[in-house]
Amino acid sequence: MSADPAPLPAGRRSFLISSGQWAAGAAIVSLLPASPGRASPHAMQELIRSIIGEATLQPGKVRLDVPPLVENGNTVPLTVSVDSAITEADHVKAIHIVNEKNPQPHVISVTLGPRAGKAQLSIRIKLADSQQLTAIAEMSNGSFWSGSADVVVTLAACVEDLK
Amino acid sequence: MRPAVRFGIAAVLTSVAAMAADIPAPDRRSGYAMMSPELRAMQDDDAANPGMLSVLDGAALWQQAEGTAHKSCADCHGDAGKSMKGVAARYPAFDTTLDRPLDLEQRIDRCRTEHQQAKPLPFDSKELLALTVYVAHHSKGEPIAVAEDARTGPFIEAGRHIFEQRQGQLNLSCGQCHDENWASVSPARRSRRRIRPVIRSIGSNGSRSARCGGGCAIV
Amino acid sequence: MTARVLIHLPAKALRGEVIQIKTLIAHAMESGFRVGTNGNLIPRDIITVFTCRYNGEEIFRAELSPAIASNPFLSFFTTARESGTLEFHWSGDNGFVATETAAITVE
Repeated sequence: MSADPAPLPAGRRSFLISSGQWAAGAAIVSLLPASPGRASPHAMQELIRSIIGEATLQPGKVRLDVPPLVENGNTVPLTVSVDSAITEADHVKAIHIVNEKNPQPHVISVTLGPRAGKAQLSIRIKLADSQQLTAIAEMSNGSFWSGSADVVVTLAACVEDLK
Repeated sequence: MRPAVRFGIAAVLTSVAAMAADIPAPDRRSGYAMMSPELRAMQDDDAANPGMLSVLDGAALWQQAEGTAHKSCADCHGDAGKSMKGVAARYPAFDTTLDRPLDLEQRIDRCRTEHQQAKPLPFDSKELLALTVYVAHHSKGEPIAVAEDARTGPFIEAGRHIFEQRQGQLNLSCGQCHDENWASVSPARRSRRRIRPVIRSIGSNGSRSARCGGGCAIV
Repeated sequence: MTARVLIHLPAKALRGEVIQIKTLIAHAMESGFRVGTNGNLIPRDIITVFTCRYNGEEIFRAELSPAIASNPFLSFFTTARESGTLEFHWSGDNGFVATETAAITVE
């Protein structure tokens, strides 16, 4: 990781993909206005920085279950689980999933809490290319943990030509 | 070739594997067996299989009155759970009036025109897919049992001929990937050795098997 | 037309039991990155937010991006506390809104 990230405004960090925010993100990653953009590991790092602020991202506690090879990048099943107690005092506050080669780096952000029972999430995602997926767990004590998985994609999503 | 014959060939082409004399039945494999465990889990879980959304749509359409006859499927066929059980497994089936086989979509559209006095639904329309998947759902898990007899024989043979014929820029026949090289071809290819499960969920939508053929034919 | 929704959760649970909730909704989730046959980008049309409330209290919230596959499937867990209603809410581009409820009996 390079330079220290800029301090974020106080208060709840919102990752709502409002149209303005998305347009800004697209402007960063797009090369040509009329063609779909390509994210880069750099864009992913920027997003990770905006998630963790000044905290350190520690590897561990977070497991990604995803097929190492997928036939069709349009529907990739993914399960993220976080090894953590779930109590009022100690729980997973949020899970963020980011990618490095889709047109934009964000996949999903979920807010959990002490009632979650289990910090585990299953979703289906699109992958535009073979790449690494990273999941970040934000804990109630302010610490951040991460896990990654590599996926090989046979048929890309997002940027295929329509017939 | 008369259009009716061509239609009939198209109808049986997608299930010609059931008739293949060259691959013994015990050696046949459904594409399901070659899926990754995660995809199989998605297929198996009714809570996660997006094809189930189409089944729900189809269940609603089943009750909807259509056409100038203002009849719903239910008006003639009643509870699909009883009347449609095992039906999809027999399709494509020979239609004596038209003197050719019809696949399930064609059969549904025929019901629409003949009995509901409604316009046929376009192939690949969401509604026809929903009705087809709903009917097929009542044959879930059953082996496909298309009749092989004197009437369907000529259509099956013509279909086999097309299946084994090299064509296109790569000069490949369907059989070369799906029969001869099923073990070594990338997981994206499905073996035609056994029929896939009646609920098909390709990508995130249900899809007609004819689309798979169309996808391959692009090469 | 209301989007088709499928919810799976146990109808009955013991107090304190951790239960799994599976949700599936019909939605194209057009990413906004695909180029149509006319050579132009197909505009983005996705679900952006999903929430689950348990007797009025939000227990799960998800912020979705175009990377979520079409017909979004979301599975998560919660602790069964008391009997009542779970309310599911999706919202997204072009004013998209969908809601669904499910009852749960907790013994």
